Amino acid sequence: MHIPKEKITSILATDCGSTTTKAILIEKVDGVFRLVKRGEAPTTVEAPIEDVTQGVLNAITELEELCHRKFLDNGTIIKPKKNEKQGVDIYISTSSAGGGLQMMVAGVVKSMTGESAQRAALGAGAIVMDVIATNDGRLPHEEIERIRHLRPDMILLAGGIDGGTTEHVAKLAELIAAADPKPRLGISYQLPIVYAGNNKAAGLVEERLGKKTALDITDNLRPTLETENLMPARHKIQALFLHHVMQQAPGYNKLMKMTDVDIMPTPGAVGDIMQVIAKQKGMQVVGADIGGATTDVFSVFQGIYNKTVSANYGMSYSISNVFVDAGLDNIMRWVPFTMDERDLRNRIKNKMIRPTTIPYLLKELIVEQAVAREALRLSFDQHKALAVGLKGVQKERTIGDALTQEDSGESLVNLMRLNMLIGSGGVLSHAPRRQQTAMMLMDSFLPEGITQLTVDSIFMMPQLGVLAKVHPEAALQVFEKDCLIYLGTCIAPVGAGKEGKPCVNVKMKKQNGHEIDIDVPFGQLHIIGLPVGETAEVTVTPVRGFDMGEGSGAAVRGTVHGGTTGVIVDTRGRRPFELPKDNAKRVEKLLEWIKAMDLYPKYPKFE
Amino acid sequence: MANAYTPGLKVSENTIITKERRLPLMGDVLVKKGGRVKHSDIVAKTELPGNVELVNVVNKLSIDPKEIKDFMLLKEGDRVKKGESIAQSSSFFGIFTTPCPSPCDGTIESISSATGQVVLRQNPTPVEVLSFIDGIVDEIIPKEGIVVKSTGAYIQGIFGVGGETVGELQMVATSPSTVLDEGMINDSYAGKIIVGGSLITASAIKKAQSCKVKGIIAGGIDDETLKNFLGYDLGVAITGNENKGITLVVTEGFGNINMAGKTFELLKQNNGKRTSINGATQIRAGVIRPEIIIPKENLTETDISNPPEANLMMDVGCTVRIIRVPHFGAIATVTALPPEPFEIETGAKVRVVEVKIDQTGEKFTLPRANVELIEK
Repeated sequence: MHIPKEKITSILATDCGSTTTKAILIEKVDGVFRLVKRGEAPTTVEAPIEDVTQGVLNAITELEELCHRKFLDNGTIIKPKKNEKQGVDIYISTSSAGGGLQMMVAGVVKSMTGESAQRAALGAGAIVMDVIATNDGRLPHEEIERIRHLRPDMILLAGGIDGGTTEHVAKLAELIAAADPKPRLGISYQLPIVYAGNNKAAGLVEERLGKKTALDITDNLRPTLETENLMPARHKIQALFLHHVMQQAPGYNKLMKMTDVDIMPTPGAVGDIMQVIAKQKGMQVVGADIGGATTDVFSVFQGIYNKTVSANYGMSYSISNVFVDAGLDNIMRWVPFTMDERDLRNRIKNKMIRPTTIPYLLKELIVEQAVAREALRLSFDQHKALAVGLKGVQKERTIGDALTQEDSGESLVNLMRLNMLIGSGGVLSHAPRRQQTAMMLMDSFLPEGITQLTVDSIFMMPQLGVLAKVHPEAALQVFEKDCLIYLGTCIAPVGAGKEGKPCVNVKMKKQNGHEIDIDVPFGQLHIIGLPVGETAEVTVTPVRGFDMGEGSGAAVRGTVHGGTTGVIVDTRGRRPFELPKDNAKRVEKLLEWIKAMDLYPKYPKFE
Repeated sequence: MANAYTPGLKVSENTIITKERRLPLMGDVLVKKGGRVKHSDIVAKTELPGNVELVNVVNKLSIDPKEIKDFMLLKEGDRVKKGESIAQSSSFFGIFTTPCPSPCDGTIESISSATGQVVLRQNPTPVEVLSFIDGIVDEIIPKEGIVVKSTGAYIQGIFGVGGETVGELQMVATSPSTVLDEGMINDSYAGKIIVGGSLITASAIKKAQSCKVKGIIAGGIDDETLKNFLGYDLGVAITGNENKGITLVVTEGFGNINMAGKTFELLKQNNGKRTSINGATQIRAGVIRPEIIIPKENLTETDISNPPEANLMMDVGCTVRIIRVPHFGAIATVTALPPEPFEIETGAKVRVVEVKIDQTGEKFTLPRANVELIEK
């Protein structure tokens, strides 16, 4: 960086997504860093441009126009800031364009070193294409064929504890050597392989892979059975990503020269900022970033951070895959009108092949938001499945815990303990009404008990994640003031009941002394107004058969936070949450909830 | 904002066409810079390493991995025939022997004294890269391939299935709205690339396959038809390796959508000419769109010397294609680019473009994201 941190007053940050490149300007105003403006442009990794920096320059140009200022001089960012009208002090960027970092991981036992390797790769911001393990049920030739076919950007090879048996790791190395994998981008360079397994086997691995690949050896990510040490492997992956893989992507070489600090993979940057929030507020947090190609889910429970990337669930490039995996019925259950299947299929495929388009008609918006609910639900299911067993960085466990790991398998994600749900990504951040975002989050994640709902206002968490590396104070100030939008608080008793029967009583005392006492029957959404910045004390008493976290029928007390929507009492049921099976009844309920939440500009009879 | 960057699909009557022809692995380039190539010429070739077979010799011979080299009959790099012994153990002073036969023809790639495994590499598969279009070799990429240049008509499709193929262009549709059905296809179209209008039907694809048609170009295809044709529901748009014996190129999108008038007219003008098409589509990292290339006949050096600059800026007067409902598929002219965000039916405030639909003269305000420039 060419300027001392204390002198920074103006920051330009971009995030190159697979669909859109977003640029934001952050400046110090009256001693506090604030977001000034945001511009965006289509990402340019497609012919005839095939240079990511063009999209970056276009997004900055839009920012220039919106701010009536000049940041570019003949395609170069003006640095440092010259005056109020020209230049910025630093420029930083994140990127997931070009498909992000696509990795394969290999470990000896799938549920032990395989899973640890998967967590290391995911934590570094990668998409894990496959996990190869000696006990994955595939024959060697099938695994070799798979490695050759997938052409990953990088392979992480783990396996064995330090000083343990070397045979299995050597076998994995032989498998990879036999596959002789070629990188996805560019045939003239060797595929990077990170070895983070048994230190005693490093020589054997070197012998087998040293000449054929760009092998890099780092500390074992599972040095003993009861410890996981992911950071050295993560750092190695991120360094290789920047200096090896991204060099091959169109225009990244140029982009890397433009930035003042290393470019971070988007999911890594979002994960960093989520951890900062959870730590700072001492909360259990779940976050989801739904993009065009992938959906990333982050969670922090009991101080343990987990992240997953669902590589093929997204709202544009991967929309068709959401449709295939979720199925027509699951998507249409959220839609209060009927659609011809042929028409719906064509519309979804058209969004896939023209990923930058946006819904113009209300019905189209409703369908897209239905797809988003399913993409988030599927991604969250995947997250819950991986956030199990031995978790986190350098977490100590006893040998007994480690041996029972396969059996325990219980997800760390506990929705009843969840304090805050954070949404991010175009479909959530740019929903025309904030109530729509709240509703999508509730329908996809089905929060239980009392949960605060928030959204990244304009999808700027990636940029703040990388900014936190350079200027943590600036990142936190902008995060507090401009990034998070407080949507409100969801109160959802767990249990099932009959439509219209008693479910829960909510007593609320606002800061101005105003008191509310309301019974909400089963099957409803009820809003209690509570503006952004206000809190209220609540006593929530479910009827017998419903649980707010303290057992059936037991009252809970707590503080709820206001937001753009307010406090939402959701008595639609949990475990299970079910929509009416009868179509007419389902549509009637959906319309009732749409009206209760004031979701759309009109409440049309959609038929 | 007076103009806006808007990527679009290229539909050009006469443009410089550059095609990179690369091997998947390092190999030999067979042509020289400046030389003329035909679409069917092999420009580079290599050998893809064969599949591997792992043979657990130590298990078969009941020996220790460290001893493996003592029992091997062949060494690394040796060629082997299927059934031939690669290792052997003996007992009772050599009276009884246990052989370890090779499961395939190939080469001994490695012998591991750590795991006791022998890696056998099957014979390599030759790979050849053709020129694909008629043109002049503009650049040699050492050991990897060439860049071939030509001029002619060039159309980018939006989505395709199947790989590269070359054939004579045959107009079958009479207008951009013609639905291409089986009754319109016959055996005389064998080896040709046929052009439909607004839709390819499932029955038309079947008939074309049976008539040995090489490729079909049309405005639209139903997703249901595609699913039945592929045999699976396409989740992520990465295509090009389907082995269906026919290549499809869709120019507008999914559904029954009239082919853009300009595209249709351009194809019509080139009826009967040799045409190269590629259905390969990758709507992800490093996006690839399907292509229709009709190189100019009797190409000269000067034809390829002055590449025109691509104009990707949308401005008043530009021709655009509307790429989302309402008016999906309509061709329109930009009448204004208001700088301020505008509230659309969904309630979202977005940057918009005002357009006049060419065919009807109707005016609409649409999100800028929902139009694409038709590049010239």
